[in-house]
Amino acid sequence: MHMMGIIFSNIFDESLGEISAQRTLASVPFGGRYRLIDFVMSNMVNSGITNVGVITKQNYQSLMDHLGSGKEWDLDRKVDGLFILPPFGVGQKSMYRGKIEALLGVLRFLKRSNEEYVLLSDSNNVCNIDYRGLLKQHIKSGAEISIITCRESISGPDDAKDLVIRSNKSGEVVDVLVHYKNPGIADCGMGMYMMKRRFLIELLEEAHSYSLIDFEREIIQAKHSYIKMGKLDFSGRVLRIDSVSRYFAANMSLLKPEVREEIFFKNGPIYTKIRDEVPTRYEAESGVKNSLIADGCVIEGEVENSILFRGVKVSKGAKIKNCVLMQETTVGECAELEYVIADKDAVISQGRLLMGAPAHQIIIGKGKAV
Amino acid sequence: MNKKKCIAMLLAGGQGSRLGTLTHNIAKPAVHFGGKYRIIDFTLSNCVNSGIDTVGVLTQYKPLQLNDYIGNGQPWGLDRKRGGVHILQPYAKIKSKSWYEGTANAIFQNIPFIERYNPEHILVLSGDHIYKMDYTKLLDFHEKNDADCTIAALHVPLSEASRFGILNAGPDGRIETFEEKPKEPKSTKASMGVYAFKWPTLRAYLEADEKNERSAHDFGKNVIPAMLSEGKRLYAWSFDGYWKDVGTTESLWSANMDLLDKSCKLQLDDDELRIYTRNFDCPPTFIAEGARLENSIITRGCSIGGSIISSVISSECCIESGAEVMHSVLLPGAKIKSGARVQHAIIGENATIEAGALIGSESFDEKEPSITVVPENKRVTKSKSSA
Repeated sequence: MHMMGIIFSNIFDESLGEISAQRTLASVPFGGRYRLIDFVMSNMVNSGITNVGVITKQNYQSLMDHLGSGKEWDLDRKVDGLFILPPFGVGQKSMYRGKIEALLGVLRFLKRSNEEYVLLSDSNNVCNIDYRGLLKQHIKSGAEISIITCRESISGPDDAKDLVIRSNKSGEVVDVLVHYKNPGIADCGMGMYMMKRRFLIELLEEAHSYSLIDFEREIIQAKHSYIKMGKLDFSGRVLRIDSVSRYFAANMSLLKPEVREEIFFKNGPIYTKIRDEVPTRYEAESGVKNSLIADGCVIEGEVENSILFRGVKVSKGAKIKNCVLMQETTVGECAELEYVIADKDAVISQGRLLMGAPAHQIIIGKGKAV
Repeated sequence: MNKKKCIAMLLAGGQGSRLGTLTHNIAKPAVHFGGKYRIIDFTLSNCVNSGIDTVGVLTQYKPLQLNDYIGNGQPWGLDRKRGGVHILQPYAKIKSKSWYEGTANAIFQNIPFIERYNPEHILVLSGDHIYKMDYTKLLDFHEKNDADCTIAALHVPLSEASRFGILNAGPDGRIETFEEKPKEPKSTKASMGVYAFKWPTLRAYLEADEKNERSAHDFGKNVIPAMLSEGKRLYAWSFDGYWKDVGTTESLWSANMDLLDKSCKLQLDDDELRIYTRNFDCPPTFIAEGARLENSIITRGCSIGGSIISSVISSECCIESGAEVMHSVLLPGAKIKSGARVQHAIIGENATIEAGALIGSESFDEKEPSITVVPENKRVTKSKSSA
């Protein structure tokens, strides 16, 4: 593979409210045992990419802890492997304001890598994608930048898409819309771009001289008419995590076997950090229906239509319905939860009644006790 | 220089022929246990949890899977710069080509490995026992008594005593007699096959034993009795935790069942002595509508639609809606189709029990349990099922 990967871990940090308040979006837990970044990392590794840089900005402790040496993704390499790239700069300029500044901060890393191509990716789209085929298409198309897109419907003003691409029949980009919210079906950017590494370096050095910040507005949108841009369609399933309700719905969609098959297996397995949990214990009084249950749980109560992360305890008489309970959540006896997202280490004491609504889930913050 | 205080030698070469088809293709220490573990995980984790960072694993019988599984030791934290885990297989020498013959001979052949670390003490362990032990307690006792050899011992029922090495010790723990598998046991204190030795003393005895042509080169039969008869300081250290030699299908099954018992001394989920294992990447387990789960443990990657009672389910098993699994152990990748019923059985890796097939019997004698074993990759159809 002549392609390296750069992952932005902090873009869209605000979109998940309390869930991403204390961590990067990339380290938001998902699907019972994963973090969002696991998907893009695993996709890169399964596509043969062995040189991956992860750009961080703030609150990246949990991300560092999660990634470690990169061993779980087979990225603990003698040559290349995983590079965690914290903000780099002199004096006041160390905090980047957008993707361009973030990339300028890692210019050295880009320059000393030797892959011909580079893949830039956000970490907010959960999918199982093979980049090898897309790279072939990119090379064949002759485009200087390729934008990976998927077809999505825009429901209205509350559902603005960050990037909508209009193209001609041969796939060349003819229009780029940023933060677009007119209802309809559109080719939406997945925050993934392919180009030659040298081309990106030139682009960045030029952008620096104009003090540009916003990659999507100031490069993709502003330059599409005089840089040859193409779009690469990804027709597989994409779970876009851009709001709490989408986060919840994406988790819930994993209860469908066809979604699990596509997201967890299609082009290769999804890797994540190992926690050495014991198998989950189901007691005699337990009742579990239509749920995804990770290792290390102890279930004495009832669980329905829910996602339980590793080490969750559900005590006797407790009833869990339509919930996402993250790592080490403890639910006391006879507590009842419906439409609740409990962050790591949350404690719900005995007899509590928490009822969210299908359109509005109750979030219990990390380590909070109710 | 380069001295280690204590290193461990783990005997993992046994075939485990009494496990029948379960060990046709793998060594006994590599047999799956408790849903996500293999038997050897317990001893390896005990070493790490006791601060022992140098472990020689002696393999011989069907070592491919076992060697592969242990790899560089990383899952147990045994990928150390100096020390760590080493696979020690029999090797050809200038004058001879020899397999490991007897437990003592296996250690003898690896004297050069042990000497590299020049340890004060060595632990000789078996890779096929299920137990959690902090070896530092054994070693403290061993040092306090200035013992040449300390044997971990526990009480066994008199009826089973003739299967073990039986020892008699004074009130201070000093061993007076030791008999390997006696016909008429004089005590119920049995050796667990966990030994701590002063390395220089053991080395001398191994070298002497090697020259004795009549010796079976076995610790229990030869080395320990020789040390005892020559007045060496042998002590018994009493262990009262859970310990099981999973040498037969029945004992393997019942050790799995013990994991379901909350009053059992062996609890996997205490954080103090955690058991580590090599992990494979699979998503969480899916429990479908209509599943019924009672008193069972299930690990990741499974798809469960049927009814599971008092069973241990390993990774990536599939139990269809309408299937029943009771008092059984499913090894990784086992598939139980709708309408099949499995009772008192061990279902091998990737075996398939087709719709309507019945495995194992309803009636079950607690005293003389009889466990049905379905070999790996086997497909059992309705007509071929064993009741």
